[in-house]
Order: sequence, then C-alpha cells, then structure tokens
Amino acid sequence: MSATGGRDAILGSIRRSLGRGPLDEAARAALDERLAKPQPNLVPARTDIPQDERVELFTSMAEAVFATVDRVSGADAVPGAVADYLAQHNLPPALVMAPDPALDAYPWGERPMLAIRRGRAEEADRVGVTGAVMGFAETGTLMMTSGPDHPSSLNFLPETHIVVLPAERIGGAYEEGWAHLRAEGGADADGGFMPRTVNLVTGPSRTADIEQTITLGAHGPRRLHIVIVEGDES
Amino acid sequence: MDATSRSFVANARAGLQDADLQTSLARFQGGFQVKRVEAAKRLPEFEALRDEARAIKDHTLAHLDHYLERYEEQVTAAGGTVHWCQTPEDARQVILSLCQEADARTVTKSKSMIAEEMELNPFLEEHGIEPVETDLGEYVVQLAEERPSHIIAPAVHKTKDQVADLFHEKHTPLGRTRRLDRVEELVEEAREVLRPRYLAADVGITGANFLIAETGSSTIVTNEGNGDLTQILPRAPIVIATLEKVVPTLEDATTIMRVLARSATGQEFSTYTTVSTGPRRPDDADGPEAYHVVLLDNGRSRMLGSEFREVLRCIKCGACMNHCPVYGTVGGHAYGWVYPGPVGAVLTPNLIGLEEARHLPNASSFCGRCEEVCPMRIPLPGLMRKLREQEFERRLSPAAVRSGIGVWAWLARRPALYRCLTGLGIRVLGMLGRRRGRFTRLPLAGGWTAARDLPAPEGATFHALWRKGRRA
Repeated sequence: MSATGGRDAILGSIRRSLGRGPLDEAARAALDERLAKPQPNLVPARTDIPQDERVELFTSMAEAVFATVDRVSGADAVPGAVADYLAQHNLPPALVMAPDPALDAYPWGERPMLAIRRGRAEEADRVGVTGAVMGFAETGTLMMTSGPDHPSSLNFLPETHIVVLPAERIGGAYEEGWAHLRAEGGADADGGFMPRTVNLVTGPSRTADIEQTITLGAHGPRRLHIVIVEGDES
Repeated sequence: MDATSRSFVANARAGLQDADLQTSLARFQGGFQVKRVEAAKRLPEFEALRDEARAIKDHTLAHLDHYLERYEEQVTAAGGTVHWCQTPEDARQVILSLCQEADARTVTKSKSMIAEEMELNPFLEEHGIEPVETDLGEYVVQLAEERPSHIIAPAVHKTKDQVADLFHEKHTPLGRTRRLDRVEELVEEAREVLRPRYLAADVGITGANFLIAETGSSTIVTNEGNGDLTQILPRAPIVIATLEKVVPTLEDATTIMRVLARSATGQEFSTYTTVSTGPRRPDDADGPEAYHVVLLDNGRSRMLGSEFREVLRCIKCGACMNHCPVYGTVGGHAYGWVYPGPVGAVLTPNLIGLEEARHLPNASSFCGRCEEVCPMRIPLPGLMRKLREQEFERRLSPAAVRSGIGVWAWLARRPALYRCLTGLGIRVLGMLGRRRGRFTRLPLAGGWTAARDLPAPEGATFHALWRKGRRA
C-alpha cells in the first residue's frame, strides 16, 4: 500500500459518504478562519472570581485529588519549604531540578544540605522539582511544557514531584493556557506555537483498576506537592 | 481479533454462572454511577457543555475531509508523519515497519482500543517483538491472556483475589514469590515490574483521545501516567487513532474534555492530559526523536454516510456500559469483540458485520439510560432499533422469530380483528388463572415463565380500558 493511496482512498470515501466532492474555496476559507482564530466555547463560570479566590479554589481542587499544597510568602521561603517537605516525609535531601532560570533564582544556597542536580530525570531520582507555566483554578490543574528548561521526564519518573508555582500564575480556565501558549509562541498562530509536550497535571498518579480502589502512584509520581509562592514576580 | 459475538447467548449464560464475574459486576456499576451524578451536579454548565460537545463533533464530521487534511499539514510542519491506513492490516504493516526501523525488541503500549481492533499484540509477537501493556488493567488482562472487558476499566471483571493469584503466578519467575493480598501492594508490584520495561522499550505505542487539526497535536488522557512514560521515554513513539478522533481546535478538545472524565469516572478532570506535537525540538531537554501517527479508517468513512453516523461522536468514556443493566448482568466479554455495552452493540455490527453480531442490538431492554448519560448524546437505543430492523429486513433472524413477528404485524394491521382476538385471549386467560391468580407455566411463553410467574389478567385489554376510560 502506498501512503498516498491510503490517503486518497480514505478522503474519497469520506467525501462519498458526505455526498459531495472536495469543499469549494469559500467553504474551505470559512473552516480555515475557524482554525486560525480559535474561539473559546462555553467556559464554566466557577472561575469568574477575584484572583485571591482563584488561589483558594486552585488549592482546594488540588487537595481534593490528593495533591498537597503549601503556601509561602516570598521567593526566599521556597528552599526552606522544599527542605521541610522532604524532611517531613522522610525523603532524602537530594533532588533533580529542572534547569529553569526561574527556579535558579530561589536562594537554594541557604539550604546547603540539599543536594541538587539539574537536568532530566534518571531512573534513580526519587524527588523532582519543577516550575509550571500556569495553574488552573477550575480543577486544580498544573500546565507544564517541555523545553530546554523543563524536561518532561521530571513530571513522571521521580516518585515525588514538587512544583513551585508563583501565585500570579494561577489562572481560571484551561483556555487561558492555550491563549498564553499562542501569545508566547509568536504572532503567526499557525499551530507552530505548540511545545512538543504540554502536560496538564491534576494530582498525583492514580489507578482504580483493581476493584475500583483508588490507589496513588500507579506509574507516575506517588506524591504531588505544590508550593505556591506569594509575591514572586518571576 | 476473532469475534465471539455470534455466541452472545452462550457467552452471556457463561457470564451469569461465573461467580467471580458476578462479584465484580455487583461492585462496579454503583460507584461509577454515583460519581458521575455528583460530578455533573458540581458543574452547572454540564448539560450545556454536552450540547456544545455534540455540536463540535457534528461540525467536524460534516467537514472531516478538510479537518484531516489540515491536521496532516500541521503534523508534517511539526516534523511528524501521518500514515493513512484503510484497514487494520495496512496499519499493522506500517507499525511493523516503524518498529523494524527502530530495531525494536520490546514495545510499551498505553491502553488503546484501536490496537485491540487491529489485533496488534499477537501480530507483534508473531514478528518477534514483545508488546508490554502498561495500563494496570490492560497489564492484568495481558498476563491473564484475556481481553479487556470494559473500555476504560479493562480488568473490571476480575476480583482482587484473582489479580493476586495471577501476579503470584506470573511474577514468581521474576523472583517475586510472595502472594500479595492488598490492592496497594499489587499496584506497587506492577509499578516495580513495569518501570524497567518503560526504560528498555524501543517503541512506545499510545492511542489518542483527540487529534487537533489546528496544531497537528495528539492528546492522551490517563490517570496512571503510563501513557506519558510510554510516549516520552522510547526513541520512537507511535500514535494510533481512528479518523473521527480529530477536532478543529484546542478549545474544541477542551470542551469535550470537560465532559469526558466526568462522564467516565466522575472525576473533575483526569490526572494527566497530555498534548503532544511532533518530535523533540533541537534544544529540548528530553523527548522522543520521531513522531508517527497511524490514522486508521477501518469502516469509519463508510459509517459516516450511513444512518449510524452519530455513533462516530463517541469519545469512548464508557458511561453507557457503566449504566447498562445488560452489561451489568453479563459483563463485557459476552459481547465478543472490542467494544462491549450499548456503544458496542452499535459499533460491532457496523465494523465486523451484522451477520457476526446480530444478537448485540437485541441485548438491550431499551431502558434508555445509555442515551441519558452519553456525554455526546448518541441516541444508542434508536441506533440499536435500526440494526434490529436491518436484521429483520436482511432475514438474519431465525425463522420462528421472523414468522412470529410476521403474524403479529399482519394482525396489528387489522385493528378490529386484533381487538377481537386479544380481548378473547384476555378473557380466556383470566378464566383459566382465576383460581391461583397467576401462571407458573404457559405454552409459547416458557422462556418468560421459567424465571417468574405471569399474573393472570383480571379485566380487559389496555385498548378496551382506554376506550372505556375516555367515554367515562
């Protein structure tokens, strides 16, 4: 089977079923307009609330799906919050961190006991620390994108995933994330704005495949800990 | 896969007598139903979102050729490749050559019903490539050498004890000799056994919940994270999807996502929703080096022109089987092919032929719950009724049934005779049954009275009562 043979046969079969030939220019232009200027559909009203309430909603939604949330004031408090979390959970003070300039800006040097490696996740890494592009209050969801500063493997391989999220980055609905990516990815929004991977993460890994018993840590992280940083403009 | 839909009646009987299956089925539906209702209640816009989701898919299906062309252009622009495959055999050959190019010995797989449709696992094994299922339920089913019995909960037919026995047997050669008896321990053991398999796999195969025409992206939705480990760790990921998975924009996919998890498991949102676009970028810190999409038709383009087009809106959430009294009684394996439950009763006859699957559209009480809960508002009972009509018109049903329906239809078209005969029948039955008030056995209705009594008629026919009531 040649590749084009399959393509033409399938498109031909679709058009036969739709009872028409290829669309005319005007019809194509109308559909392409819909693609070029994507419009939000109905967006639930639950996030039409002031920013401080959005942070509250984000927190309660994330906690409802077994994430833990810590709110700290100021960038200076981040390394301590991470070190304390590890100590409380009897985790080793060793972590792999995304090579993210925003994370580098936190004063990690004040916690010399933390052994930090920067890069992508390896099999032996038990704790990963990353940032997130945004949080969505709608369901307590984090949005993370792949790139030089954020290896996707950090979101899945280590059994504990700590995410540092400035409170300013908490938005309402997922649509705000797509708008953000289009704006960041350049004005010619022709699809080329997408990073290789966009992860929307809502709580730690879970399964209910055995007798519908919800169990955390199926394949991805057992623990998802979100450190919300107030007053961090990074 | 070899369908056993022909033997639905025998399959169902076996299901009814399987104590473990009955234990599992008794447990599962209630939880899903309550969680769905609660999730819907928490979102005032839920019903309006269902309407929008339906409209998005209808629009896409009406312009499917255009959106697929645009989708392919964007995949190509992002450095990926779309392989158009008419048949499962075409798709298997493409996947095999991609695996061979990657010199693959093991392939990790994230749950995909399309892979079941193309019988991918036995095919890969025949060619010396080991497929490893990574979704916990699929892994259980693969170890047991069975098939999924539910599209989102593949091992829902198994009890914890059965899984414990299975792991004990299959993991003992790996040095894990203790029989575990807690769910957490079983999940942990699967995690430990599968982790090195992810890291060693050469190719990772995932399905897709959506293909996005705007960006050339594929989207997977999981709770375990297995799909992500499957698609970011191996060098060569392969996405397999059918034509109707495409939607125009990220916003359109988002709207449907809002009804997907709520309908499926009652979650607000699944744990992991991942949008992938092309291979890794030059400065990416990790990620796969290639990106291939195997786009399978297998009858969908034909269904688009049939009276069954609406079933192509299906987003495979499983709500219809979570609410179906027949599924809940006989289990998913009885349906005999990839898709069980009400949606299977419509899809299976369309995809493998009504001759093979004529029992399935009859395995419904038409209670209507499937249509009520379907997030995409697919009129499943109506579509099953159309298949029943086709079954009759194409003379696929047994002669006794056909002649019985024929006699009834002849009579029903003669109202005076119908009323006379039914009125007579009711009077005779009423007299015969007056003493005991019920029948434990009746000629021609043995199937009905085998499991219950028929109350004896006490008055007149419905027609007669209706006429009398109107005059009164």
